[in-house]
Amino acid sequence: MNNDTFTLGGKTFSNRLLTGTGKFAAHSQIPKMLAASGSQIITVALRRVDTTAQSENILDYIPKEVTLLPNTSGARSAEQAVRIARIAREAGCGDFIKIEVITDMKYLMPDNWETLKATEILAKEGFQVLPYVLPDLPLAKRLENAGAAAVMPLGAPIGTNRGLETKPLIAMLIENCTIPIIVDAGIGKPSQAAAAMEMGADAVLVNTAIATALDPEAMGQAFDLAVKAGRMAYLAEMADESTLARASSPLTGFLDA
Amino acid sequence: MELFINGIKETVEFRNLVQLIAEKGLNSGALVVELNQHIIKQEHWPTTELEDGDRLELLSFVGGG
Repeated sequence: MNNDTFTLGGKTFSNRLLTGTGKFAAHSQIPKMLAASGSQIITVALRRVDTTAQSENILDYIPKEVTLLPNTSGARSAEQAVRIARIAREAGCGDFIKIEVITDMKYLMPDNWETLKATEILAKEGFQVLPYVLPDLPLAKRLENAGAAAVMPLGAPIGTNRGLETKPLIAMLIENCTIPIIVDAGIGKPSQAAAAMEMGADAVLVNTAIATALDPEAMGQAFDLAVKAGRMAYLAEMADESTLARASSPLTGFLDA
Repeated sequence: MELFINGIKETVEFRNLVQLIAEKGLNSGALVVELNQHIIKQEHWPTTELEDGDRLELLSFVGGG
């Protein structure tokens, strides 16, 4: 398993579970979750400070060796996403950026068209762009051509924990894209993360399911094991499905009843 | 002096950026400052003077997915 690394934005990673920092009951749970899960990439967001309240610095809770993946949440247009990305990079966050452009407040569905526009601009500026999208093969090919570092198709809407509702569409991307496919959003259980990896996804991103579990540290570990199991199964090449039963022992040579 | 801080018009006493940040009691370690759409790195805060009508964004990284 140690040899099963993947390359993203020019960096090599040995853990295929990306995590997020949102929705934790306390920021102090984050470093414990990271230690338990082994996750090497974690998302953060950028917001205006609340000048009336003292705020903690979330970056204090993320070990230096973990790669920061700032997102452009809050952006309602490509222009806003580009601005947030440039601010994040200037602020010392590195070159990775998750593009999240959402105008739909009900389902938080990503705006695929604005995301493509932002990807085209930011890839040219040397960012390692990870666009969060509704899986769509023609879109994914355009993102690839635009220089995206990966495509991040949603499994189900953010925070719904409903798993791989878009499974057949994700399969199309895995089959036909050359850049990494990272399933992001909607994964609610470790078994769903394992399913994504069994399909051949390169990685998954899980935030809500870990952060809102009763024990986020243990849940982080559970997801880590599930991602590893799914990946091992994929590499071991699973047997196919069958309509008819296939006996595990010969159907002859029985003892007399 | 009047300027916009995080989108809201405010009258402030201090023209100097580092003084304004101190006046607001903000944790400078966590702060990202954008002035008129340009990021101002922390080493430049003491020498940055604000003008009437400036648009200042005081940002920080927060939890997110």
